[in-house]
Amino acid sequence: MHNDKKGFLGRIDWITIILWLVLCLIGWFNIHAAVFDPENPGLFSMATNYGKQSIYIFTALIIGFSILIIDQRFFISATPFIYIVVVLLLVTVLVVGRNVGGNQAWIPIGSFRLQPSEFGKLATCLLLAYFLNTQTNKNPTLKGLVVGACIVLFPVFLVMLQPDTGSALAFFSLIFVFYREGYVSTKLLIFGGLAILLFVLALLINQWLLIGIIAAICTAFIFIFGKKRKYLIDLGVIFAISSVYVLSVDFAYENILQSHQRNRIDIILGKMDDPKGQGYNLNQSKIAIGSGKLFGKGYLQGTQTKYNFVPEQSTDFIFCTVGEEWGFVGCVTVIAIYIFLLMRIIHIAERQRTTFARVYAYGVASILFFHFFINIGMTIGIVPVIGIPLPFISYGGSSLWSFTILLFILLKFDSTRKGLSQI
Amino acid sequence: MNSFFERKYVIQGIILIVAITIVARLFYLQIIDDSYLLSANNNVLRKVIEYPARGVILDRNGKILVQNEPVYDLMVTPREAKNIDTALLCQLIGIDKEGFDKRMKKARDHSPYRASLFEKLIPKETFAILQEHMDKFHGFYTVDRNIRTYPDSVAAQFLGYIQEVNDNDIKRSNGFYRSGDYIGASGVERSYEELLRGTRGVKNQMVDALNRPQGSFMDGKYDTLAISGEGLVSSLDKELQLLAEKLMRNKLGSVVAIEPATGEILTYVSSPSYNPNLMVGRERGNNYMKMLHDPYKPMFNRPIQASYPPGSIFKVIAALTAQQAGIINAETRFHCGGGYRYGRNAIMRCTGFHHSTDLITSIQKSCNTYYGFVYAHMLDRRGMPTYQAYDLWRAGLMQFGLGQPLGIDLPGEKGGNVYSSEYYTKHFGSNKWTSSYNISQSIGQGQLGITPLQMANLTAIVANRGFYYRPHLIKGIGEKQIVKKEFTEKIWAGVDAKHYEPVIEGMSRAVSSGSAAASKIPGIEMCGKTGTVQNPHGENHAVFFAFAPRENPKIAIAVFVENAGYGGTWAAPIASMLIEKYIRDTISLPKHIQDRVKNAVILPKVKTKETKTEVKPKQDTTKKTTSSGNSNQQATTKSRNTGNIIVHHSQVRRNYAQR
Repeated sequence: MHNDKKGFLGRIDWITIILWLVLCLIGWFNIHAAVFDPENPGLFSMATNYGKQSIYIFTALIIGFSILIIDQRFFISATPFIYIVVVLLLVTVLVVGRNVGGNQAWIPIGSFRLQPSEFGKLATCLLLAYFLNTQTNKNPTLKGLVVGACIVLFPVFLVMLQPDTGSALAFFSLIFVFYREGYVSTKLLIFGGLAILLFVLALLINQWLLIGIIAAICTAFIFIFGKKRKYLIDLGVIFAISSVYVLSVDFAYENILQSHQRNRIDIILGKMDDPKGQGYNLNQSKIAIGSGKLFGKGYLQGTQTKYNFVPEQSTDFIFCTVGEEWGFVGCVTVIAIYIFLLMRIIHIAERQRTTFARVYAYGVASILFFHFFINIGMTIGIVPVIGIPLPFISYGGSSLWSFTILLFILLKFDSTRKGLSQI
Repeated sequence: MNSFFERKYVIQGIILIVAITIVARLFYLQIIDDSYLLSANNNVLRKVIEYPARGVILDRNGKILVQNEPVYDLMVTPREAKNIDTALLCQLIGIDKEGFDKRMKKARDHSPYRASLFEKLIPKETFAILQEHMDKFHGFYTVDRNIRTYPDSVAAQFLGYIQEVNDNDIKRSNGFYRSGDYIGASGVERSYEELLRGTRGVKNQMVDALNRPQGSFMDGKYDTLAISGEGLVSSLDKELQLLAEKLMRNKLGSVVAIEPATGEILTYVSSPSYNPNLMVGRERGNNYMKMLHDPYKPMFNRPIQASYPPGSIFKVIAALTAQQAGIINAETRFHCGGGYRYGRNAIMRCTGFHHSTDLITSIQKSCNTYYGFVYAHMLDRRGMPTYQAYDLWRAGLMQFGLGQPLGIDLPGEKGGNVYSSEYYTKHFGSNKWTSSYNISQSIGQGQLGITPLQMANLTAIVANRGFYYRPHLIKGIGEKQIVKKEFTEKIWAGVDAKHYEPVIEGMSRAVSSGSAAASKIPGIEMCGKTGTVQNPHGENHAVFFAFAPRENPKIAIAVFVENAGYGGTWAAPIASMLIEKYIRDTISLPKHIQDRVKNAVILPKVKTKETKTEVKPKQDTTKKTTSSGNSNQQATTKSRNTGNIIVHHSQVRRNYAQR
């Protein structure tokens, strides 16, 4: 460390910090609105969620700036250790964890509850960066992919045992890291996307009809691209794989997924309509957001959230409050801030000189993007209800701190990128 | 930097596609689709109805006839009703455990979160005790309602009653009424429903997801206040009404008294009456059924729905219309040899041998023969076929308000019956019939049907010497005391004023020295006419109509007592007492006559199981009771065949069939 204090501050990416702070404040205001009690309108009470959240934000600020003064080499050298600790915590939670809402995801520490899976993402990102860094100057290998995948899938396995499907799914967003680093080809990414599409279609359409459609599309390709032998083989393989896949979707759907998960998917796909039971959350959430219209009902004026029609309204469904009280304009603003933040992180990622920092940065972007997409997507009914928080906005210490640590470690790497070209 | 740098654009592209998808979806939800705002409002808004107080009805002197009394509906929100003292609650509101469970289940089926009616119309006495224990009944609360209360239990058929709306009412009102509302079902309550009911208020209240109230919506911007119903001032004289009801107790019949100068009805009795307070509150259903099965039909609104032949009082109209037609004048005399011979062996008997009778005497002595001649001359000697003359005769009656409803402000008024010539032509098979074919109409018998209200109105016309105002019960609406326009219109009865004097003289003499002589009032010249209506089904009906004083009349009255025999015996004393009471506020008839009238029980015998013990045989000592008993029973049981003649119990039944 040969930089003076002023220089250190100057090298921090303040844009990201401002975006972070704005999101935290948006969160705080909306939590206040969500739990607002018209009969007891005091703005600041430690007993309420927004009172607690203000402490969490303040603590997060301290944690964040502490990270900025710690030597970044500490994080690099401590990475395996952090990973092991988190894995141990994930095991511990299965033993001593508190069961909240069907998931054994919380370790009670005094009045505070720690959610190890939130920190699992951080540890995984770090270890993945650590490992891929060792592969620098090599071409991506299958072995690298397998080891990297194991680093990711091990915590996924532990989280699934809780079982916290939402958090487990978040790890899969790290596919973008493998993609960026070249371990996954664009073709595979497209196939992945098509697989998801096929999955949805297989649930919606009769499977034999779907196979017929695929066959028709393949035939169309032959006519367009000509009868080259290579294409014919490829198309045949694609057709065979997708047919088997389509046929197995139904089986997997009925036998692997739990019934409440099937219900959530059915509701999203419009195969099931149950606004008072399984679909209650989603229905009320859509009512809240939809009733906001262009400019919203105004701060603290949202009846859906104020009068508790939307469940989980300060945590997973916090976006309802945004939609109801700030309307389309408010929603688009929040989305714009997220997109700006994600683009900024990718920008930061690409200016890193070490594989470690770049991989880590893409990890952060992937995790944040996944949470952003799934959380908002579920409140407006384009993805099934999966209980994961909206980063920096949702109420909760574990989530806010883990995302903050995730982000600020990146900022630390970024601030020292010039003195660190190789580790 | 490495070789996969350009993949950053793919990742950024994916992020942007997702963001655009989300924004597009939001645009649809928030901008295009309006249903969510509606749903949000439905979620949170509860329209709480504020019930207006129903209009109060006063009598002509400002005394209360009907007002409102607070009662309470007990509501329950099943989900909140936990750990309550069930036994105590049952005891307080007078239900058993089974009833409690039944009500609770019904409420829970309606909604566990929303309040349902648990027990309605709890009287204020019960409420007072209940209130002290409400803390033990978590999840229960009370809602203020009003019921009608009648301080003197007077004028039941006049005032009518209110009842909960049924599906038909709701449909007819285009959604004005809602289930649980009350609507005037009969009497003034019904005919003035739109004024009395007032305007419902709506409070827009917000509730949370558990249906707990959360204050008013938009600070009450869309709330409306309940507006109380208009007060009504009726033309009724409560004191007079009370006396009339007392006099008519244990008798069947009607008393209608009208102020001739205005058409305002002073007394309106339909006997037997009932206590209007029985028609409100929790016992209403039982009481209603009891009354429905009462053989004397207390719900039957006799003054406007019963139609009887008028009997001898019809002679007054006959005399007037004949004079107007130029058939007779004050000096015209006919010879009465004890009856009117209208065929070779057909004689309509007279009440006596009146020898050479002039118009005045014919009224005074109620000479049947005289009016047989009058009717014959009216119909047969006018230089035209009888059926044509008959229609002229009938037109004269119609001008007196007969044969059609008078337009009183009560629902269900009947018009009585005056057949047209076509009826008789059809009935007799040709138009060659003459007065002798239906001669009994000459003295107000036969197929004529007149309601007691029409009888009273006839008296008023005579008192006014030729005109009337539509009889009405409400003389002032609201604070401005508005009178309906149709009741201020003077209607000419078609007979010139000069023709009334001989008739009035005859009526005056009938009271001073004629059939009603026992009922004359010292110092007040009452002009009246008794009637005894032949009743093929039983004892004759007694009728008397009169007005007083002769000059500048204050009151015109018709009294009709079913099965009471001579008009002079029962109907005239009742009229006399009422007239004197109204004009002088005293009664000079000897006390023993008053008591005799008040205590008399003149009820036809009814042989039905449930009423066996209640029914007392007729106690009029001047009549044979045994023969009348059977025939009266016929009247009630065979009523459907009796057509429109006499008792019209068929109308009683028809009346109920409509409800």
